[in-house]
Amino acid sequence: MDYFAQQLINGLVLGSIYGLIAIGYTMVYGIVGMINFAHGDIFMIGGFIALISFLVLVSLGLTAIPLILLIVLLVSMAITALYGWTIERIAYRPLRHSFRLAPMLSAIGMSFVLTNFSQVSQGARVKPVPPIITGGYTLHEGSQGFAVQLSNIQIMVVLATIVVLALFTWLVSRTRLGRDMRACEQDQTMAALLGVDVDRTISMTFVIGAALAAVAGMMYLLYYGLVDFFMGFVAGIKAFTAAVLGGIGSLPGAMLGGLAIGLIETFWSAYFSVEYKDVAAFSILIVVLIFMPTGLLGRPEVEKV
Amino acid sequence: MSATSARPSHAAQPSGGAFILKKALISALVALVLFSLMIGVRTEAGPQGGLIYWTRFGDLAALVATVFGGSIIVELLRQWWGPIDKDSLVPKPVQSAMSFAGRWLAPALLVFAFLVPVIFYDQRYILDLSILVLTYVMLGWGLNVVVGLAGLLDLGYVAFYAVGAYSYALLATNFGLSFWVCLPLAGILAAFWGVLLGFPVLRLRGDYLAIVTLAFGEIIRLVIINWQSLTGGPNGVSGIPRPTMFGIPLDNSDSGLAARLGIEFSPTHRLVFLFYLILAMALLTNWVTIRLRRLPIGRAWEALREDEVACRALGINTTTTKLTAFATGAMFGGFAGAFFATRQGFISPESFTFQESALVLAIVVLGGMGSQLGVALSALTMIGGFELFRGFDQYRMLVFGIAMVLLMIWRPRGLIGHRAPTVFLERNQAISSDLVKEGHG
Repeated sequence: MDYFAQQLINGLVLGSIYGLIAIGYTMVYGIVGMINFAHGDIFMIGGFIALISFLVLVSLGLTAIPLILLIVLLVSMAITALYGWTIERIAYRPLRHSFRLAPMLSAIGMSFVLTNFSQVSQGARVKPVPPIITGGYTLHEGSQGFAVQLSNIQIMVVLATIVVLALFTWLVSRTRLGRDMRACEQDQTMAALLGVDVDRTISMTFVIGAALAAVAGMMYLLYYGLVDFFMGFVAGIKAFTAAVLGGIGSLPGAMLGGLAIGLIETFWSAYFSVEYKDVAAFSILIVVLIFMPTGLLGRPEVEKV
Repeated sequence: MSATSARPSHAAQPSGGAFILKKALISALVALVLFSLMIGVRTEAGPQGGLIYWTRFGDLAALVATVFGGSIIVELLRQWWGPIDKDSLVPKPVQSAMSFAGRWLAPALLVFAFLVPVIFYDQRYILDLSILVLTYVMLGWGLNVVVGLAGLLDLGYVAFYAVGAYSYALLATNFGLSFWVCLPLAGILAAFWGVLLGFPVLRLRGDYLAIVTLAFGEIIRLVIINWQSLTGGPNGVSGIPRPTMFGIPLDNSDSGLAARLGIEFSPTHRLVFLFYLILAMALLTNWVTIRLRRLPIGRAWEALREDEVACRALGINTTTTKLTAFATGAMFGGFAGAFFATRQGFISPESFTFQESALVLAIVVLGGMGSQLGVALSALTMIGGFELFRGFDQYRMLVFGIAMVLLMIWRPRGLIGHRAPTVFLERNQAISSDLVKEGHG
């Protein structure tokens, strides 16, 4: 039971990170109707920028950890958001009205560009960081000496996810920008006729998605204590799997799917085999799609002839 | 998705030096922020395990200056060129010259391909490269059946390539079966996996299909890595037998081809043999595809690509249509995989990553989705271009990615952008109103 509880905690933490990335996929898919393949790499860039800004701040003599973390968070969100904006501007906007495969291939190309850009600029080796947030609580002392641990960093990841999600939900449901985004999702032409700046709204979608990915990247850095140039690919596929699992285009679905993938992966590693955890996640995706082709919370696509 | 959103910026494109300068300044500023940390600061794991960093502001400045200059040049070019989506009028003589070239290009290429080993007999490097190009031509033609003809987006094509390669490698090393026995087996096994993948994805459309095929490709790769007792895991399979010329080995032993023919042995013989082997296999793929396009099943594929709902309404069985497309494409992938294994003599999961799938898909899409000649040309361009960057290994994928993005923007429909249906009406047919009256036929 203790073991189960511990895995549940670990799975929820991992799932929060996946969920944050998945939202970026699902938002872009909902509005533009394309798979933003470069989104996983945006997450990786976010992790790198968090790492570098952390290093620079520490070497500048800052010692207050909460202050450093706050600055790192803001810097990495801002710069990563600019990456998202630039990528949309360069690689996707010229192909907005092109045929369906074109933006997707352009996105795959962009993903290669980002992966190899960070490999060339920062080197291929894994970058470790010493644990920044330490300590934690022991929730329950088991009989065989197994204790259920809840570390501070886990609390922080979950708290940050909740805060960011609350902000994001407020943004989508209560602000002008959110209303524009929902309008564009339903019908771009009609939204444009009613005075919504479609181009700007789509740009902002990419900016917000990238900022969320940056939060995920920083949490990943703090939680696992390392970044490398290739981490975007696997995390990206899993987050996309999460988005599809939750029903692509649905924001709560993305978070739900992220948590589901995180839990599946953790429990599979804990009870079956670590090597096949990714196989399990992808297999479950395939199985879910066979029985629910639109995911858990997705609306069925009505096809008009 | 027929959003024709107002794009006022297009109608009244401002011009002039001040505008260009302003735009370039903004680009440079964006580049400065983007690259500030990623280029300006270089991190590395230090000797004590901690992280160290050093600054590279010189590189950063150079890069920002490049972006500034590049932005000015691009903007000037754009104004000189005019709007991109304007149809440029091609003069009549050029048009006829192009159609003449188009008609003779394919036979000329074919003749050239047959002559490559004769012309470049002494240049091992070129022979090796052309074998590689032909492998990708074959993969491209195989994937073209799935993506170009049937319109099913497959991001995990490399899985079938891997199945073919491992089928041959394992059958040959464990049971000593020869290449010619294994080749059909590899194709059948890959086709079997194609059907297996096909079943769950039958109900999925578009992007769901893409992600499931991608997941499938990853599953196959992960299983190969982790099933160490069978596949050797990350170490791969080595000592895969070389192909024989219908039983006659191509080595310098007494029973080898050279000894039997009474000529001096040279390792180039095997290369030439491999070249003609892959050429024959690629041409077989092409021939089968061309023939299939004329059969009902090929027509059904193309109909499926154009409109699935209409297809179903016309009584086409979409299940078998999709499954045969997957199986056919997978089978050619399996053949190519078996060839790859016998050529390399060593295979490992490293060769079957998502990048390979993306490369083959890029070849098909840039080739114009459905155009056989286009796929061959784009395979030649891509692999050839890839080779040009052999010296700069680090930058190879970076340049490949940039090229992919730029090519997509420049020619979204591919280098040879045609997707002509095989059958179409020659002239408009007038249908009498009697026939379409309500309540009748």
